[in-house]
Amino acid sequence: MLTHVIGSLSLIVWLPIFFGVAVLLVGRDGRERIARWMTLVGSILSALVVIPVWMRFDATQSEFQFVEFTPWIETFNINYHLGIDGISLVLILLNVLTTIFVVVAGWEVITKKVSHYFASFLILSGMINGVFCSLDAMLFYVFFEATLIPMFLIIGVWGGPNRVYAAIKFFLYTLAGSLLTLVALIYLYRTAGGSFSISNFYAVSIPQSAQVLIFLALFAAFAVKIPMWPVHTWLPDAHVEAPTGGSVVLAAVMLKLGGYGFLRLSLPIVPDAARELAPFVIGLSLIAIVYIGFVALVQRDMKKLIAYSSISHMGFVTLGIFIFNVEGMQGAVIQMVSHGFISTALFLCVGVLYDRMHSREISDYGGVVNSMPMFAALFLVFAMANAGLPGTSGFVGEFLVIMGAMASNFWFAFAAAMTLVLGAAYTLWMYKRVVFGECGSERVLGLKDVNTREFAMLFVLALIVIGMGLYPKPFTDVIHVSVATVLELASVIKN
Amino acid sequence: MDFQLSDLYTLLPEIFLLIGVSSILLLDLFLSKEQRGVTYVLTLIVLVVTSVLPWFFYDADPRVIMSGLVVSDVLGAALKSTVCVLIAVGLVYSKNYLLSRGLHRGEYFSLTLFATLGMMVMISSNHFLSLYLGLELLSLSLYAMVALQRDSGRSSEAAIKYFVLGAIASGMLLYGMSMIYGATGHLNIEAIVSSILSGHSDSNLLRLGVVFVIVGIGFKLGAVPFHMWIPDVYQGAPTSVTLLIGTAPKVAAFAFVLRLLAEALGHPSLHQDWSQMLTVLAVASLIIGNVVAIAQTNFKRMLAYSTIAHMGFLLIGFMTGSINGYSASLFYVLTYVLMALGGFGVILLLSRDGFEAEELSDLRGLSQTNPWCAFLLMIILFSMAGIPPTVGFWSKLFVIQSIIDLGYVGLAVTAVMTSLIGAFYYLRVVKIMYFDANESPINTVKYSAGMAVFAVNGLLLLGLGLFPGWLLSLCESLIESSVRTF
Repeated sequence: MLTHVIGSLSLIVWLPIFFGVAVLLVGRDGRERIARWMTLVGSILSALVVIPVWMRFDATQSEFQFVEFTPWIETFNINYHLGIDGISLVLILLNVLTTIFVVVAGWEVITKKVSHYFASFLILSGMINGVFCSLDAMLFYVFFEATLIPMFLIIGVWGGPNRVYAAIKFFLYTLAGSLLTLVALIYLYRTAGGSFSISNFYAVSIPQSAQVLIFLALFAAFAVKIPMWPVHTWLPDAHVEAPTGGSVVLAAVMLKLGGYGFLRLSLPIVPDAARELAPFVIGLSLIAIVYIGFVALVQRDMKKLIAYSSISHMGFVTLGIFIFNVEGMQGAVIQMVSHGFISTALFLCVGVLYDRMHSREISDYGGVVNSMPMFAALFLVFAMANAGLPGTSGFVGEFLVIMGAMASNFWFAFAAAMTLVLGAAYTLWMYKRVVFGECGSERVLGLKDVNTREFAMLFVLALIVIGMGLYPKPFTDVIHVSVATVLELASVIKN
Repeated sequence: MDFQLSDLYTLLPEIFLLIGVSSILLLDLFLSKEQRGVTYVLTLIVLVVTSVLPWFFYDADPRVIMSGLVVSDVLGAALKSTVCVLIAVGLVYSKNYLLSRGLHRGEYFSLTLFATLGMMVMISSNHFLSLYLGLELLSLSLYAMVALQRDSGRSSEAAIKYFVLGAIASGMLLYGMSMIYGATGHLNIEAIVSSILSGHSDSNLLRLGVVFVIVGIGFKLGAVPFHMWIPDVYQGAPTSVTLLIGTAPKVAAFAFVLRLLAEALGHPSLHQDWSQMLTVLAVASLIIGNVVAIAQTNFKRMLAYSTIAHMGFLLIGFMTGSINGYSASLFYVLTYVLMALGGFGVILLLSRDGFEAEELSDLRGLSQTNPWCAFLLMIILFSMAGIPPTVGFWSKLFVIQSIIDLGYVGLAVTAVMTSLIGAFYYLRVVKIMYFDANESPINTVKYSAGMAVFAVNGLLLLGLGLFPGWLLSLCESLIESSVRTF
């Protein structure tokens, strides 16, 4: 039907953007109700159009699927070239689901410029889908950069007291990284004989010295985005100041753009440089896992703690990618998806508390379980998942990465396994201080438990987190061949 | 090269414009103050007709007419038409501003039209004489327009600065041209080219001439270190005049540089010299323009420094000396003037009687009082910063691509890093509009024609950002069919 006129992937990319623009046009002041409902319908429809793609996706095939190709800027051979593999597919799924949670989370909480808020998220969601679908490097770059604009506005307009600093830091930090990537892409365009097609980049051979430079230029963008130690400092600021929805999208999806970039561009395009510099990247990842874990331990602000925990978990992703074996890379992808859901849930939990108390300081809480038992139970699930408890999705990814690391070097695995201790320490200690113990104050006693809306979204997330932990097979099946393909491309010698 | 009567047809746009401006000048004498609207409408009509005329009388292959003074080609037709449209749109933006500032006078309109005529002469000249004549006609009209607000001290100061520095620049240019004349014995571009090719010209003298010509060009474009007049004139001039200076003359200047450097002095041995000079000018402009813009609190002055930085990008495209580079520069200048048009246009729209919305702080919380205005201005600012999906990204990309093609990776990295600095001050304006509490003394804009033009202008930047392909191939075919390179 509709997919005959417009490709399935185009629909996935443009439907949310279309709804976003419509919400902007329709939802003027005084019509917030319409804006909210339109956004919800838009986000659910955008998720529904992914289902047929998921059903028709052939997980045994290593080629890109659902390919669409239209010339865009013919002078420079830039094309509107879309296509997905398993890795893109799971990340798209994560993105569209996250968008629904964000919309539900902001339902009553956002009262200022409602239509703009919701429209920003819808447009952002479409752009992120665009990044995951792009097979043309310039199209990829355009979507990758364009995501900065809505996120900049989300942090800056609806954020906390220090939002201006956080928003500008976020924007400039990530822009600085990606501008070097742009130069690298243009250089690759020349080397590949005048084409921006990513698969042409895969095929072209590049001398080692140029490979190293290209790797570093791409690394600048993706390391900042994911973020890796020591270029992670924008993330805690952005997370703390962003509104709940902004933190959710940042942690759950935008960080994954970095990991996805490594898999889609860095590894296959410059495999020799990637292998040569892998020890360096692994070193940074291990520092992130251990050192940032300790940093998380001493945080007093819940959002900051989760932000540092994100950086530490993203260390797992880069570690898994750069140990170059199937377990590691599969673990990295699973970890990206699982962290997406867990961090969404944790930020929503903090949001639930913040909406009631207007404080994110751990010390302002204590004994929340007395007034919010239902919330305490759900929060526990996510805290455990963040700590990597077996049976939750957090365990699967970390376990696979540690297994992969073990195959490559015992000490890598040893350092990485530290996170199981540290993660448990900072997450559960925070949980203990917030939820258990004596009631911190009168106000905590008077807290109302989660309402239906909050319960629904947290409950669904809990189901996903546990479901993925108990039966990860649908996800691993989908990504298995794609991961093997990336690894194969990354093992080619092309200098 | 004998004169034929049919050659006059090719000049019909200029002739029509000259007749138009003379009649408007005369007619205006007999109009009372209340009837001044007639002058305004007539000016617009003349501009619109002049913008259409070139399309009927151009030659697909460049053809030199009028004893070698004028060349008729597609590029000339396209740029003349663009200039007229830009001036007309600028006038639509300025209507209310002119009325409230007492500038809605006959002189303003006739000077505008004379400036347009000057630009048109520059665009299609094939001779140093006509090139210089056009430039002076443009400059003299602009000097007068900057000073038009007689009782404003700042305007007069700006006008004096502009005039003195502009005269020096013209002098330099003329000196350089005379040296080239001395070396080759010709003022006609084609004759100069054949003289250089024959090898009879004195190459040292020629080179010295090129240096002075570059200085003149640097002054006119406002490239560092010849940029000193730009901030003062942009800030001091009435905003409607700033809009005029900041838009159409850049297109004419593009043609001017193209005729001088690419066509007359494009010989590889000379290109080697001037490309190095342009690189120095470009890098200095990018750095100084972007860094100093950060310190500005006045919106007009900030845009002035941003212009300097943008001219740096334009020169980078030129410095390649390749068809790709020139096309990228043409694309850059066309999209840049669209951004500048919107940027100054919004100041005109937001200003009212006795209040000039030119300080950055005036824009505080604009997103609350004028959400639509703020949104469009945001598109313009992101486009200036070069963030996709706006067209500013593509214009920067094409220029960078043209230099990486020639292997200047270091220059490309410099260019993108300075645009990172640039992103900061554009973002700051977005921050002021969107993040700051509403303290703006600005009312809702009631001038609907101006708002409509502004909306088209802003959305065009977004639309071109989504579909830049056609404009780029247009630029490329214009350059390919018209520029007579070596």
